[in-house]
Amino acid sequence: MAQISELNFFVTYILVAILLFSFTALFALFAVYAERKVSAFIQDRLGPMETGKFGSLQTLADILKMLQKEFIIPRAADKVLFVVAPVIIFISVYMGFASLPWAPDLIPSKINLGVFYVFAIVSVESVGILMAGWGSNNKYSLLGALRSVAQVVSYEIPAGIAIISAVMISQSLDLQEVSRLQGILTDQTTKFFGFWDVTKVGGIFAWNIFQAPHLIIAYVIYFIASLAECNRAPFDIPEAESELVSGFHTEYTGIRFAFVFLGEYSMMFLVGMFGVLLFLGGWNTPLPNIGSVTLADWTTGTAWGIIWIVAKVLLVVFVQMWIRWTLPRLRVDQLMDLCWKVLTPLAFLCMLISGVWRLLVM
Amino acid sequence: MIIKNTISSFVTAWKGLALTLKHFLAAGKKRQTLDVKKDNYFAEQEGIVTVQYPKEKIPIPEVGRYQLHVEIDDCIVCDLCAKICPVDCIEIESIKGTGPLGQTSDGTVKRLHAAKFDIDMAKCLYCGLCTVVCPTECITMTNQYDRTVTNVAELTYKFSDMTPEEAEEKRQELAKQQAEKQAAKEAAMKAKKGE
Repeated sequence: MAQISELNFFVTYILVAILLFSFTALFALFAVYAERKVSAFIQDRLGPMETGKFGSLQTLADILKMLQKEFIIPRAADKVLFVVAPVIIFISVYMGFASLPWAPDLIPSKINLGVFYVFAIVSVESVGILMAGWGSNNKYSLLGALRSVAQVVSYEIPAGIAIISAVMISQSLDLQEVSRLQGILTDQTTKFFGFWDVTKVGGIFAWNIFQAPHLIIAYVIYFIASLAECNRAPFDIPEAESELVSGFHTEYTGIRFAFVFLGEYSMMFLVGMFGVLLFLGGWNTPLPNIGSVTLADWTTGTAWGIIWIVAKVLLVVFVQMWIRWTLPRLRVDQLMDLCWKVLTPLAFLCMLISGVWRLLVM
Repeated sequence: MIIKNTISSFVTAWKGLALTLKHFLAAGKKRQTLDVKKDNYFAEQEGIVTVQYPKEKIPIPEVGRYQLHVEIDDCIVCDLCAKICPVDCIEIESIKGTGPLGQTSDGTVKRLHAAKFDIDMAKCLYCGLCTVVCPTECITMTNQYDRTVTNVAELTYKFSDMTPEEAEEKRQELAKQQAEKQAAKEAAMKAKKGE
């Protein structure tokens, strides 16, 4: 009997892993399509239209093409690093999903160090990028990788401090707990902007950014830093197609290239979801209870939780795309200037206010 | 200083974002007028501008310079088009007829057979000079501009309606007639000498 339950335990683990993998793969397919359509609409074009209705099968066709492509390893490349790098890039992002909650009682792995774990495991991605850049033995790849690592390592500081200021408000590193405290399921007193008790009202008023208004600034800092961490425009100097061909993944072909891409788009979802969990109420509904119309009670639950978090993250992902197709790329010195001279001091200020807020207001 | 910069960067970033969002939200609309000559063409500034080519086509001007066509029945094989062509893409081989061969639609008498009338559209530079010099207006530019072939030889358009056998027949007829004429001439010369 004990053996069967142990077996069940492993089967569940593997099932969860497969589910998460299929989700990231599906999301990447969808996001690449969405990215093309968003960019097209912003530029008054139509985007893919030929493969399937409105080009909906375009990315599926692309991945089928990539699966059939030849593996090319440059003769001068460091073969081991070159082959392992895409896997490390993807796995580090994919493992980040392990401790992100989807609904009130739905989390792949409930660990009390969730915030720290996600932040730590995602940083491994830059090791993969450096391996790819160095292993390719190509000047463009190496330059891209160097820029990428410099950027990711720098931007982790404002991002981390912005996250800490949110964690100080929640007093927990468990992401499930952080989410729970931002809605009607909380067991603590929640105050909107520190004066209006919204413990029973819930909805958008109980989100972290409204519990402590300085977290709005912290979220903006986190959002900007997260753009830099997933190497997206306007911080896409590691790829900078006009300067570096396509940066660290210049030499990759076929399924390895697909893995780098998959990692990139999963990273978009991951950083979006992480920000939503810490600042924008996680899986909590944005609808508040208004007197006898208990919208928040009606729209809280496992299915609702998944719907809300996916909707919120997709909105954040849309904003990421929207920014990419609007703002031009920053120069390297401007990038570092922004990080060290603006975002980092501002994040420290947010952290300070968080401490004061926690002690005096909450 | 930093605060001022931050505010201005957010303001300018928002300006750009608002502009792109406006275009994104107008993506449901589409430019309806495809003809640039229409008055309201430039009035429609919103929405998608893509023309999905094989399915939709932009109207072309009536006297555009596109692919050539030869109405071979109207051709008097004067060779003017081949002579004026700056890239020598027209190749004509004529055979003198044994007599008048009939009339073109504008009443000009035809005296030559066009054994060969090839236009290499891959060489053609679409200048339209051949259509200008043609005395019977049999070589014209059509509204066809889309032609894709897998073999470049297919771009050599053959307009002659004579088969090689017919051409050979006409050549022999001509040779025979000329031989007869020659013989008649020699006979006449002889008769003159004999006088």
